[in-house]
Amino acid sequence: MSQTIIEIQNLEKVYATGEEVKVRALKGVSLKIEQGTYVAIMGSSGSGKSTMLNLLGCLDRPSSGSYFLGGEDVATMNDDQLSIVRGKKIGFVFQSYNLIHQLTVIENIHVPLFYQGIDLNDCRKKCEDLAKLVGLGERMDHRPKQLSGGQQQRVAIARSLVNDPILLLADEPTGNLDSKTGTEILNLLDELNANGKTIVLVTHDDEVAERAHRVIVMKDGLIDKDTTRKPSSFLTGQPGQKLPLHA
Amino acid sequence: MLRFSLFRTIELGVKSLLLHKMRSLLTMLGIIFGVCSVIAMLAIGEGASYEAQESIKKLGSNNILIRSVKPPEDNKANNSSGRSSAVEYGITYEDADRILATIPGVKRLVPMRIIRDNVRFNQSNLPSQIIGTYPIYADIGGLDLVRGRFLSMNDETHMENICVLTLSLAENLFPYQDPLTTQVRIGADYYRVVGIVREKSTAKSRAQPGGGNEGQPLDFNVYIPLSTARSRFGETLFKRSAGSFEAERVQLHQLTVECQNESLVEKAVPQIKQILLRFHKKKDYEFIVPLQLLRQAEQTKRIFNIVLGSIAAISLVVGGIGIMNIMLATVTERTREIGIRRALGARKNDIIVQFLIETVVLSVSGGLIGVLLGVVTPIMVSHFTDMKTVITFWSLIIAFGISAAIGVLFGIYPASRAANLHPIEALRNE
Ligand SMILES: Nc1ncnc2c1ncn2[C@@H]1O[C@H](COP(=O)(O)OP(=O)(O)O)[C@@H](O)[C@H]1O
Ligand SMILES: [Mg+2]
Repeated sequence: MSQTIIEIQNLEKVYATGEEVKVRALKGVSLKIEQGTYVAIMGSSGSGKSTMLNLLGCLDRPSSGSYFLGGEDVATMNDDQLSIVRGKKIGFVFQSYNLIHQLTVIENIHVPLFYQGIDLNDCRKKCEDLAKLVGLGERMDHRPKQLSGGQQQRVAIARSLVNDPILLLADEPTGNLDSKTGTEILNLLDELNANGKTIVLVTHDDEVAERAHRVIVMKDGLIDKDTTRKPSSFLTGQPGQKLPLHA
Repeated sequence: MLRFSLFRTIELGVKSLLLHKMRSLLTMLGIIFGVCSVIAMLAIGEGASYEAQESIKKLGSNNILIRSVKPPEDNKANNSSGRSSAVEYGITYEDADRILATIPGVKRLVPMRIIRDNVRFNQSNLPSQIIGTYPIYADIGGLDLVRGRFLSMNDETHMENICVLTLSLAENLFPYQDPLTTQVRIGADYYRVVGIVREKSTAKSRAQPGGGNEGQPLDFNVYIPLSTARSRFGETLFKRSAGSFEAERVQLHQLTVECQNESLVEKAVPQIKQILLRFHKKKDYEFIVPLQLLRQAEQTKRIFNIVLGSIAAISLVVGGIGIMNIMLATVTERTREIGIRRALGARKNDIIVQFLIETVVLSVSGGLIGVLLGVVTPIMVSHFTDMKTVITFWSLIIAFGISAAIGVLFGIYPASRAANLHPIEALRNE
């Protein structure tokens, strides 16, 4: 009894670069992603991965086609509605961490809730728990600049979880990290997935893709290959590693 | 539910501004100086006009002052001819009678004869102004009785040899004695001191004889009955100037005309002028109308305020542009941050509010510092010079309000620039 998190149909994205010039970055993509799945999107440069991820993350609107996120039609929403959807349903992890440098670790983690009108004092425990979860319990009052790349990415992951999103989007999360740190981050994502988080991740790296249940390869704005390598441990009911996530 | 916590946003704005302390301070300077100069200049202007208005008010807004002035041509003609006949000019007793008889609304007149002479007591010998006048001078001339009494009608009719001294003169003449009931000598005659008075304001415009009285303490005055002055000193007065004697024949040095109310003053002035014109060949008199001076002072102040207001507005606008300039730079610099916030759920309005609050925090703290300096500056000016300053409450409110408004006004553009950035583009920004 799995729930469909993402359902897109004939999704197209056309960029109008010049007066005449138009780039069809997505040429009618259809896709369904079930809850708890770990999906890796691969493909050569310019194949439309980022465009895809931006649309899935409600950062942009498709030129045509439909997109249901958690049963909600988001393809026709206006800017404010999309902002609210992003704030409530989606967690982002970026290649370059994207922390706000004037804020401390705990304040960075809090940002998504800030825009939902929840004061830090009313959710401090939750933010602290997340900081501990990603192994930064001792550095909650540090600023991003005082942290290593791996640590910053951990903060970003904690931040992406603070709003209990139904979907976690990661754009090359290990792209800026050395392989050891990258592995740690990937392990963290594995753990999150094992606890039921739906993850869509863009990567160039086959090793990274290895960890996913499902690998989608894109080419020229279309899905070239879509392979399910192994069933999701969450879906098969296989116990994941213990995480005090929803304690 | 309040989606947005204002307090947190202000906190965030302050935090972002503190990240670049020097830059924020420099940005605020425009507003600081703008606000400070508005308040300080208004305070100095207000103080100056307050003093002017006070001194004019002391002259009495119901009064018209007519003074005898020596016509300049007369002076020349006399010198070239080399003859030593007395120069005759000025307001006459007849003028006074005519004005009282014919001008409607005139309540009473105070004629004055002013003679410069020395007042002697024992070894003391002080150059003073001897003012022959009526008892009502005390009312109109703004005198406070310190001791004894002022001139009386009885003194006038009996040509009494009595006098009233100003306090400073009395203190200088009689450092040890009680001045009352003693006698002072003026010229060849002795006068009994019956009272001591004090002028209400030292800034008060004083009666001055035809010549200058430079170097003389201004309030060494002796008041005697007009009739006494006429009989003891005669109509011809001798003045020693540049080694030669000069004689003048002046009946009245000053005539103060008191009207029943202010509106009658306006009507009386041209009528009096007409009468004087008929009987005087030369213009040997001048008018001082305190009411008109007051109106002029008010008008001047209004113009002054408009000029100040414009300067202030310009400097505040310049300050505002400075803030806008920095905020535009900030928006560019923080494009990535804007993208992150948008990705994490911030709506356009949230971004607008965030950046608007930063500009308002800048301009309001600049405004506060400006108000502080603007209050301190006039106090310092008053302290180190003898200029009077009056800080009006409304100038603080206006200056501060405008600075806050400038923050909003000049913050809107950068803030909306920030809000309208596309999240993806913003995120891609390095
Ligand atoms: N904002 C944009 N404006 C115009 N063209 C774009 C824009 N973003 C992406 N494209 C184009 O769309 C295509 C797909 O790009 P993208 O989704 O970034 O591919 P990938 O992430 O797989 O490298 C490319 O041809 C790219 O040049
Ligand atoms: Mg890309």
